[in-house]
Amino acid sequence: MKNLTALFAGLVFGLGIAISGMANPAKVLNFFDPFGTFDPSLIMVMGGALVTAFVGYRLVFAKQNKPVYEPTFAIPAQRKIDAGLIGGSAVFGIGWGISGFCPGGAIPALGFGGSGTLAFVVALLAGLLLGRGLMHGQNMFAKP
Amino acid sequence: MQTEFTPWLSLAGGVLIGSAAVLLMWLNGRIAGMTGILAGFLPPFESDWMWRVAFTVGAIVSPLIYIAAGNEIAFDIPVSTTALIISGLVVGVGVTYGGGCTSGHGICGMARLSPRSIVATVVFMITTFATVYVVRHVWGQA
Repeated sequence: MKNLTALFAGLVFGLGIAISGMANPAKVLNFFDPFGTFDPSLIMVMGGALVTAFVGYRLVFAKQNKPVYEPTFAIPAQRKIDAGLIGGSAVFGIGWGISGFCPGGAIPALGFGGSGTLAFVVALLAGLLLGRGLMHGQNMFAKP
Repeated sequence: MQTEFTPWLSLAGGVLIGSAAVLLMWLNGRIAGMTGILAGFLPPFESDWMWRVAFTVGAIVSPLIYIAAGNEIAFDIPVSTTALIISGLVVGVGVTYGGGCTSGHGICGMARLSPRSIVATVVFMITTFATVYVVRHVWGQA
């Protein structure tokens, strides 16, 4: 059942990404170009998503002490604001600014975004492995 | 290249993205962050990888259903294939160290008011703005 519900959440996520413009690198790059061909649409995406998730999460956590199909909520326990978080996020932003693709934007574009999208996603998976190798060295394939 | 300002369509898309995050938390107790979901595709494979595959398949299929129903999705990649590959590698390394991307930190983490996610989102928004500024207005004309 939990795979079916994940599939359903994925369907909703992909449609949202696609119609919002988050899967369109030209539109994303224009949001980050206020001194050029500015397109403020992404403010609406972030605003709509944040308000919905903020209210929805609160309802879920207020009404339930566990998710419907899993024993516990898997919430990141890490609280520390460290160099990895800041440096990694800074590097991520540089990468996002080069192409206009972020991971959540690129995956829903795989079906209609042609070979360019595929090239990005393959490089992204390689980058995820590379990042893990840099972080953990020889232990990169060890179970955490 | 100019793109059309689409406030209502983008708002509707945003509400759907937020709804997906709420659904995945309510039903599966999981964060709808694409970095964490994709990381489960790579070794060491976690024992419950199936839901990640299911979420990803759903995310790829629904835009195709939307197109098959007669709708259009505006799409254009204004950069070279080389830039796409460099970008993919840089993004992959960055989100691994940063522990998340736009969906995980920017939506799910911010909605939980997680201090880590708020810091991460502010940092990557600034460096994305800076990168686009340098690429378009310092190095070249766009």
